[in-house]
Parts: sequence; C-alpha cells; structure tokens
Amino acid sequence: MITELGHFALILAFLVSLVQMVMPLVGAHKRWPGWMAVAEPAATLQFLLVASSFAALTYAFVVSDFSLKLVYENSHSAKPMIYKISGVWGNHEGSMLLWVLILALFGACAAWFGSNIPPTLRARVLAVQSSVSAAFYAFIIFTSNPFTRLSVPPIDGTDLNPLLQDPGLAFHPPFLYLGYVGLSICFSFAVAALIEGRVDAAWGRWVRPWTLAAWIFLTIGIALGSWWAYYELGWGGFWFWDPVENASFMPWLFAAALLHSAIVVEKRESLKSWTILLAILAFGFSLIGTFIVRSGLLTSVHAFANDPVRGKFILYILLFFTGGALTLFAARSNVMESKGVFGVVSRESALVLNNILLAVSSFVVFVGTMWPFVAEMLFERKLSVGAPFFNMAFTPFMVVLGLILPVGAMISWKRGKLDRVLRSLAPAFVLAVALMGLVWAMQTGRSLMGPIGVFLGTWIVAGAVTDLIGRTGQSRDFSRLLRLPRAEWGKAVAHAGLGITMLGIAGLLAWQEEDIRVAQIDEPWTVGDFEFTLLSVNRVQGPNYNSTMGEVRVTANGREIAVLNPEKRVYPVAQMPTTEAAIDYRVMRDVYVVIGDPQDNGGWVMRVYIKPLANWIWAGAIIMALGGCLSLSDRRYRIAAGARKTAPAQGVPAE
Amino acid sequence: MKGITMRRDGTTSCILGMLFALMATVALAVQPDEILDDPALEARARDISAGLRCLVCQNESIDESNASLARDLRILVRERIMAGDTDEEVVAFIVDRYGEFVLLKPTAGGWNWLLWASGPGLFLLALVVGMAYVRRRSLASGAGDEGLSPDEQKRLDELLKGEEG
Repeated sequence: MITELGHFALILAFLVSLVQMVMPLVGAHKRWPGWMAVAEPAATLQFLLVASSFAALTYAFVVSDFSLKLVYENSHSAKPMIYKISGVWGNHEGSMLLWVLILALFGACAAWFGSNIPPTLRARVLAVQSSVSAAFYAFIIFTSNPFTRLSVPPIDGTDLNPLLQDPGLAFHPPFLYLGYVGLSICFSFAVAALIEGRVDAAWGRWVRPWTLAAWIFLTIGIALGSWWAYYELGWGGFWFWDPVENASFMPWLFAAALLHSAIVVEKRESLKSWTILLAILAFGFSLIGTFIVRSGLLTSVHAFANDPVRGKFILYILLFFTGGALTLFAARSNVMESKGVFGVVSRESALVLNNILLAVSSFVVFVGTMWPFVAEMLFERKLSVGAPFFNMAFTPFMVVLGLILPVGAMISWKRGKLDRVLRSLAPAFVLAVALMGLVWAMQTGRSLMGPIGVFLGTWIVAGAVTDLIGRTGQSRDFSRLLRLPRAEWGKAVAHAGLGITMLGIAGLLAWQEEDIRVAQIDEPWTVGDFEFTLLSVNRVQGPNYNSTMGEVRVTANGREIAVLNPEKRVYPVAQMPTTEAAIDYRVMRDVYVVIGDPQDNGGWVMRVYIKPLANWIWAGAIIMALGGCLSLSDRRYRIAAGARKTAPAQGVPAE
Repeated sequence: MKGITMRRDGTTSCILGMLFALMATVALAVQPDEILDDPALEARARDISAGLRCLVCQNESIDESNASLARDLRILVRERIMAGDTDEEVVAFIVDRYGEFVLLKPTAGGWNWLLWASGPGLFLLALVVGMAYVRRRSLASGAGDEGLSPDEQKRLDELLKGEEG
C-alpha cells in the first residue's frame, strides 16, 4: 500500500511540476502577480511529494519488501541496515528518484531563500527548474519506474553488488547528485536571465552561492569515490579516467570555472555572456554525464542499466535543454554587454585565463571520452582512449593553471602591478624551488613528476599564505586576518587545498613502492623501510559474507607500528568476491597490504605498497570543500538574504 | 566502480559481467610467478602493460586487471621481452593480434590527429579570443574609473532590497 502511495505521489509531483513550469512563466510574461505566485507553493508541494515518494521506496528497502522488483534485485534480508538504505540509490531506478528528489529540493530552496530576488526573475527561475524536473519525472514514470511489483514475491533478494556495500560508496552518489543536480539551479538562473533579458551584478551575486554549493558537493562526492577506489580495488589507484569518472569531472571543472567567472560578473559586471554560457554548459555536462552512465553508449566499468530506450530518452532531454538554452543564448547574448573596464594586467584578465584553462581542460576530457564513439561511427575504427592519453593531454593545463594561480589570486582588480605581486610572492617561489631541488636530489628514480608536483603544490600553498599575510597590511597586524571577509579566507583555503591535492598526487605517483611475492607464515620480508610478517590467515564469518583474513605485522626499525588485517571476502548471495585492503594511514605515507590466493606449495600471495602522501589527495579535496563552505558563509550573501528586513549599510564591498 | 564488468552489447552482459567479475577477483593483477627475474626487464614489462587494455574488462590496463585474459597478455608481453623484442616491437606484436583497441594511448595516425590536436588547438583559439576580449575591455571608454558609477550603485542597492519587476 505504501508503495502504491509512493508511486501515486510521484505522478502527482509530475503534474505539479507541469503546473509550476507553465503558470509562473505565463504570469511573468503577462505581469500577473497571482500566476507568478503559484511558483513558490508549487515548488514546496513538489518537493514534499517527491520526498514522500522517496520515503516510500526507502521504506520498502528497509523492511525488505521483495514484492518490489527493485528491492528483490538490489537487496537482501541479511544485509546491514546502512546498505539496505544505500541500496535505494545503488541502482538505476532508485538513483533517478534521488536525482529528481534533489532537483525538487534545489527548486524548493530557491523558493524558500529567494525572497530577495525580483518576482519575475524568481518565477522564471522556478518555472525553468520545474521544466527540468518534469522531463525527469516523465523519464522515471515512463521508462524507469522504481515501484514495479512482482506477481510472485520471492523469499529473498539477490543482494546489492558487494563492491557497493561500503561506507565510502554509500554516500558517494548522494553527494555527487547534490553537485550534479545543484548545477541545475544555475542553469535555471541562466535561462531565466536570458528570458528576462537582463544580467547584472546582482544576478552574479544570486547565482554564485548555488554554484558554490553545487561545487562543494561535487568535490566531496568525487573525493569519496576516489578514496573508495583507493582502498577497495586492491591496488590503490585513485583515478582511472573512466568515462563515468570523466562524466563527473567535466561538470566539476565547469563549476569551478563558473565560480570564478561569477565573481567577475558580481564585482565588475564583465564576462556576463560567458558566465551565462558556462552555467548552461555546466548543467549540460551534468546531463551528458547522466547520458553516458545510463545509455551504455560508452564502455565503462561503472555498472548501471544500459538500456537503449532510456539512453534515447535522456539524449532527447539533453538535446532539448542544452540545445534550447544555447539557442536562447544566441538570440539574447547581445543584451549582455560588459560594463567593467580593466587593464590587461588585472584580476579580471587572470580570471579570464583561469576560465580558459578550466574550460579547455574540461573540453579535452570530453573529446577523449567521446572519441572512441566518434572514431567508430565516423571512421570505423575501434580504439581506446585511456589514462595515458588523459595524463598527457590534460595535465599540462593543470600545470599552467597551478603556475598562474598564486599570481592571479593576488593581482588587483582593474589595473594590477605585476612586479609588485611577483615581489611579494618571491619568498613563496624560493621555498617552492628549494623543496623541488631537495626532492630532486633525494629521489632515486628518473621521474620528473615528483619534483614538478612538489614545486606546484608548495607554490600554490605558499602563495595562499602570502595572500593572507599581505592582508595584514604594512604593520603586519595579524588581528586584521580575523576581520577579513570569509570569502577571502575561503579563497585562500580552497586554493591551498588544491595545492595539497597536487602534492599528494605527485608524491603518490612518483615515489610509490610496490612489492608482490609469495609470503610464508612467520617469514618476514622487507619493502622500503618496513618489515612485514604474515602471522596467520583465518576464516572469518561476516554478516553477509565469508572472509579470509590475514594478520600482518608491520615493523620499522625493529619497532612494531601496526598489525594489519587484509581480507578477501566472498558474498555468497551475489556470488562475488571482493578484496579488502588493510591500510595503515599516516600523514606522510600509507602502508597498503593486500592478501591474494593461497599457493599450492604453501604460502600466500601478498602485495604491499608504500604510498607516500596518499592522504593528501583527499585531504586537499576536503580542504577545498571547506574553503567553499567558508566562502558560502560570507557576510555579503547573508546580507543579501536578509535584505528585506535590514537594508545593507553599503551596497557592494568594492573589493 | 571498477571491477564490475559490463559489456556494451546486449542484455546477456550482466551475466557475462558477473562471470568475469567472478573470475576476476579470484586472482589479483600481476602474480608472483609472472614476474621476471631481471628487474630492468620486469620494469619494461610493467610499463608496456600499463598502456595495454584488458579486452574483457572495461578501461582497465592489463597491468591492473584481474581477468585471466589479462594474465595471458601479461605473460605474452614478458615472453616477447625475453625473446629480445624492443618495447615498440612488443606493442606492435600485440596490436597485430588484437587490433588498435588494445592501445590505451591511441596513435596519432589517421583522423586521430584531431583528438591529439583538439586540446592545444582549442587552447590557442581560446587565448586569441580571450586576449581580444581583454584588449577591448582595456581600451573601452572610462578606463580607470573607480568601482561602480553612482547610477550602478543605486541600481544595485535597489535590486538588493528586492526591486519590483
């Protein structure tokens, strides 16, 4: 019964979304306040309906109602509760329901927190947002209904893919979707502004918090996925340039570009049409990502329904919204002339370069991802584009971005003095070069990557610190830092996070050590500075799996630093084995131990990796997200939010 | 979500995927018995393997993959190295048998130059357009004015207060 109510609520939400799509748009055009006012309650109602539909599906998973096809195919009664819940979005239909839930949530948030936005613009934003929702409701209801019943309910389910039964991955999709789908509201703002025919500084200010929020979620989501790959896949890779990873990375790059260009719109009323275009592209690439994951067009390791009918439906949605928005853009972009005047050497120019690098690198990822398909369709060549291509074609742009970042971040708006910025950055540069020289001298390998990465990472982090110190003024009054706008702190923290991630990637890739061997019980072996001993191997029974668990003692200089328990698990219901690496996490390095198969003549295959700076990759990502949060909490957004009650003392902080 | 093998062609893919996955994690990537005694030769084998695609998996190199076919290919690479082939000859040997699909780094031959040139090409184009834009802004009238004009400031204040229409 609850299931049917959930299904019904979803259909009602679809109908509400149609009303919300049409009435406010007509109202805004005809200046009918009553019709425009429909948008807000409709957005709230739509959210409540989808939320109850989602709750109904979650309930079915929690109580293991195997009369539902989806629950039967993706759950099992013996599964721990957290994975019963994460099973809701661990499949195509349920994840689409989560997708529309988040769409409706962002729409509702725009309605709740958008009281300072002019009524016509608000009505149009909510209408456009609802049109996206409507398309996806139709997609779910007509091609991917999660509420399908089975005529003969089976006794038990077939279990969720064991690789997905993991805390890191349980929360990876919701964050990713919050990011992906969060960009929809930027898209709605862009299209609404095009319909309205007006883009000004205030528009930049409204759109920026949404972009920030989406980017923060996307950053966390991607970091979680990458961290999961690192510890779960058994050899510590963290990025594979898989089509589906690329699908989440492209919107991230566009969102990062959009974040920066929206600042220029807000502060300098320039780059307006480019920013609108970016907002459209960012969400367009989210849709492309959805299409790639769910159409089966590209070969990907990510398991998801790949059904041509569904693929076609999403392709139409993609073409309609991006095509429509871009057409509107072409017709209306002439109304968005730039107002700000700035010199060639200025923050504005630096941000233009930032946008060029981010957009072009995202485009490179796009071309690389789609090329196998293009080559097969047009030139009848079956070929692959894998990690080596992306490493070569993508990395140079990030290197250039890292080089200019500290300079661009410190140069003044309008008309900057390059020599002054360079002079204040000189200590940071010297430090970065010194560290580069040090690791160059210390490393034994031939790789250039380590030293270059260390240089870039140090340069960016030290640059961010220099920027903050510069804010203390001539008198070096550090109490000024406390009064600094949060956005300035956010900028420095997020940039430093990027530097830390770069340090981590360089350290891991350049100085990783690997050892593969057959280990006998109680016979120690040495890798790098560490000595390993396999003490025992035991069979352990988990809640829904059987495990072969090794016990490995790790010592350094004769002192025990850890006892690790690498596992091989077999999930009998899904008939699938997984490897569970055991990792000793430390700040400067991880020790990563994996147990393999027993050998006929005794002993076990053991793999050991020493991974320097591995944690810095994800720590950097979390610091980036933290910087985003700081920026999001900046006073100027709160002032804007409360503008009705308390008029701001001054308009815009000029800097 | 690596290791979940799915094939693009058709509905039997799921079952196949499961089978591959099952075969997959039984053995783990490079096995001790595959490793060559000479570390220099082994390092070459690893480098070559990292650039070759495991054909039954998706987007994994044979160096990372657990599938049995990947193991066969790894052994083949090492056999060719032991037979005295150069790196290029080993790769050519594998490409002859399995097609250019095995190459994770596509060649620049044929229309593939477009793939390789697209990034640098677009970057140059974007630089030219960006520079033109920046130059136009720097030459625009009123260079050097301070912040928002009084009109702009007033308009912004109004917008922030929730201007109607």
